[in-house]
Amino acid sequence: MISVRNLRKAFGSNEVLKGIDLDVAAGEVVAIIGPSGSGKTTLLRCLNLLEQPSAGQITVGDIHIDADKPLKGQQKLIRQLRQQAGFVFQNFNLFPHRTALENVIEGPVQVKKEPREAALAHARALLAKVGLSGKEDAYPKRLSGGQQQRVAIARALAMRPQVILFDEPTSALDPELVGEVLTTIRDLAEEKRTMIIVTHEMAFARDVADRAIFIDQGHIVEQGPAKTLFTAPQHERTRQFLSKFLLDRSL
Amino acid sequence: MIESALQLALESAPFLLKGAYYTVVLSLGGMFFGLLLGFALAVGRLYGPAPLRWLTRLYVSFFRGTPLLVQLFLIYYGLPQLGIQLDPLPAALIGFSLNMAAYTSEILRAAIASIDRGQWEAAASIGMSKTQTLYRAILPQAARTALPPLGNSFISLVKDTALAATIQVPELFRQAQLITARTFEIFTMYLAAALIYWALASILAHFQARLEARVNRHEQDN
Repeated sequence: MISVRNLRKAFGSNEVLKGIDLDVAAGEVVAIIGPSGSGKTTLLRCLNLLEQPSAGQITVGDIHIDADKPLKGQQKLIRQLRQQAGFVFQNFNLFPHRTALENVIEGPVQVKKEPREAALAHARALLAKVGLSGKEDAYPKRLSGGQQQRVAIARALAMRPQVILFDEPTSALDPELVGEVLTTIRDLAEEKRTMIIVTHEMAFARDVADRAIFIDQGHIVEQGPAKTLFTAPQHERTRQFLSKFLLDRSL
Repeated sequence: MIESALQLALESAPFLLKGAYYTVVLSLGGMFFGLLLGFALAVGRLYGPAPLRWLTRLYVSFFRGTPLLVQLFLIYYGLPQLGIQLDPLPAALIGFSLNMAAYTSEILRAAIASIDRGQWEAAASIGMSKTQTLYRAILPQAARTALPPLGNSFISLVKDTALAATIQVPELFRQAQLITARTFEIFTMYLAAALIYWALASILAHFQARLEARVNRHEQDN
């Protein structure tokens, strides 16, 4: 479903991703963990070209982007790739001037040119699915952070993507709102959707992900079945990171 | 005294209204073309290649940095020397539009630039093109920021159209001058003209307020 080869990204002279190889199978849920500044968010943003990779190959579904060549000539492909790869932002990034329902149908109607009535019906079903029936006509400002993030998830789902990318979806939320968003993501995982989740919620990653990837300093240090990686990390740096994290949790 | 003033006002009304008609035409025309050209300039300045960005800056610098009156004289009295002869009304309309564009472009540029980068990314993430994003996501939000200063500029324009009197456009102020020359009722006529300008500016302010309420709809709490 997703294939990444030798992905590199440098901001000026600072190389953030130093040659990442990654394959994700259809229906697989992958959690990416790692310290801040490790490159995990940059990796996720490169996957749908929100960040322009410096080099490498990216394939999502049947769309292939060659970042070794200029990206200017591949804009159309990039837009197609983005339609297949939904993205959920840390800060939700809903359109504040549109209601929840309008946010969700924006992509299907404007980009995929779906008939408005069909898009509306689909959007209502998606909002119900994320537990927001009755909030269709609410503007984002009137919704809590957790509700906004669930609208954002419905907006991503509305494009019927082949894969959904989550960039620290609960990091901007008040603690008491984290649970409702994690539950929504967990439901999606149970439907066997292909998902990549960058997260600091270690317990969630362990329970929901099929595979966990630990990234540090622009490299994939270690990866494996989520339960194994969290309970028996092989690499010293993974152990250090996880132990520090679990220590914080127990406080 | 008051009766004769009233009678004079009534007799002059058709002339003043005809003048007001030109004032409205110049104002609406200047707003429309000024907004259109100003938007093009703002987009050129924000997203154009370097030479275009430089040209738009030069344009804004010139039209904001020189008196509107001088610009009108350049167009109406100056251009004929280069073989371009314009009637008073088109000359005034061009002058006001070019001048207004310099101001609106700066207002729109700042308003567009103030929108959070996350909005561009959110639109990109559902596959929208840059142009789609600009029209569907960015401009509706930028309008909130842009409307108050745009309203200011438009109200200034309504009053500045009086300058068209100097290049032979028979607008409101010019009509008042002509009647005054005939009747010597200086105070009455200029007061009548002032009241009409005031009324026009008030109507404009009213529409601005309604438009602002509309674009701020989503900001209401309740």
